[in-house]
Amino acid sequence: MRRVTGLIVLLVLVASLVSGVLLIHPFGDPDASDMDDYIIENAQEETGNNNVVASVVFDYRALDTYGEATILFTAVTGVLLLLRTRKRREESS
Amino acid sequence: MEHIPLNFPFLAAALLVGVSFYIIIFKRNLIKLIMGIAMLASGVNLFLVALGYRAGGGAPIYTDAPEGPMVLPVPQALTLTSIVINVAVLALMLTMVIHIYRHTGSLDSEKSRKMKG
Amino acid sequence: MLSKIVRTVANQLILFILIFGLYVIAHGHLTPGGGFQGGAVIVSGVVMLLVAFSSKELKKSLRERVLSIMESTGALIFSILAFAGIGTAFFYNFLVGTPIFGRIPAPGPGPGDFWTGGVVPLMNLAVGLKVVAGLSAVVLAMALFASGEEIEE
Repeated sequence: MRRVTGLIVLLVLVASLVSGVLLIHPFGDPDASDMDDYIIENAQEETGNNNVVASVVFDYRALDTYGEATILFTAVTGVLLLLRTRKRREESS
Repeated sequence: MEHIPLNFPFLAAALLVGVSFYIIIFKRNLIKLIMGIAMLASGVNLFLVALGYRAGGGAPIYTDAPEGPMVLPVPQALTLTSIVINVAVLALMLTMVIHIYRHTGSLDSEKSRKMKG
Repeated sequence: MLSKIVRTVANQLILFILIFGLYVIAHGHLTPGGGFQGGAVIVSGVVMLLVAFSSKELKKSLRERVLSIMESTGALIFSILAFAGIGTAFFYNFLVGTPIFGRIPAPGPGPGDFWTGGVVPLMNLAVGLKVVAGLSAVVLAMALFASGEEIEE
């Protein structure tokens, strides 16, 4: 019973994924690229960077990088909290 | 490289996501489930980067750039964030699997399902 | 702990890996790379040291207090750079035009100048510090936890 339900769900998901992929724009020809054209033309004078991707990550959308740094910090704190070893031996009481 | 039939890179990303769905639904070993989740992350990152390709384009960097149009830079920035978040979540999942193995002694997900009081 | 040949080679190789990682972090505004990528390169060098020497040997050099201070310093520098341009907007690039990191390169393709970029190279350094300290602490804690099981039982 569980295997039949799992198989039906899997077939529906894969069919929707593949049919959705065949219907979007052809590879190499993006539809709406107005924001990226503006960024490519004006990134050198506004930010002074030669690397457009770095100026997008750290200047135009810096708030996303701030949230990602917070996620990294929280995950490292969580892992170090879970991996503590007991220092004292428990005596038989 | 003018016209790639069937949008082949998008199809490869969809197949990766499909295989990872099969692993998550049908496998019971905890380490295999974690590998399935990592494969799902790889498929989504590949799809994001392949969305922003322009035919005949080069990298969006102005230092010694070749002639021709440039690829869209915003999907590459989103993929960078996604990779770092996936690494952090994977580290947390592996730590919890270490603790589950210590408590119950087996890596079967059916044995550690029921909550005990 | 592996044999003497492996330990000697690892001791010599860690210098080149460290220099390459710092190059990728520092030139993040001219070539592909940046804070996250260069941090991952340096962490792979630390993992190589962890495999060559055992984790108990490495615990004497990489103390937990130093790693914690490094990570907190990186996060603090990032926040201070975010709030420094609050007169116009949050995360405003206030160093474009000033003599520190403020030149504007020639438009179009060409060789880049190092002292350009505004606030972006400083942010690269802060994020690189954070990634190095955080990921090497996680790897060291996992290795110590796995090898310390004989001591407890």
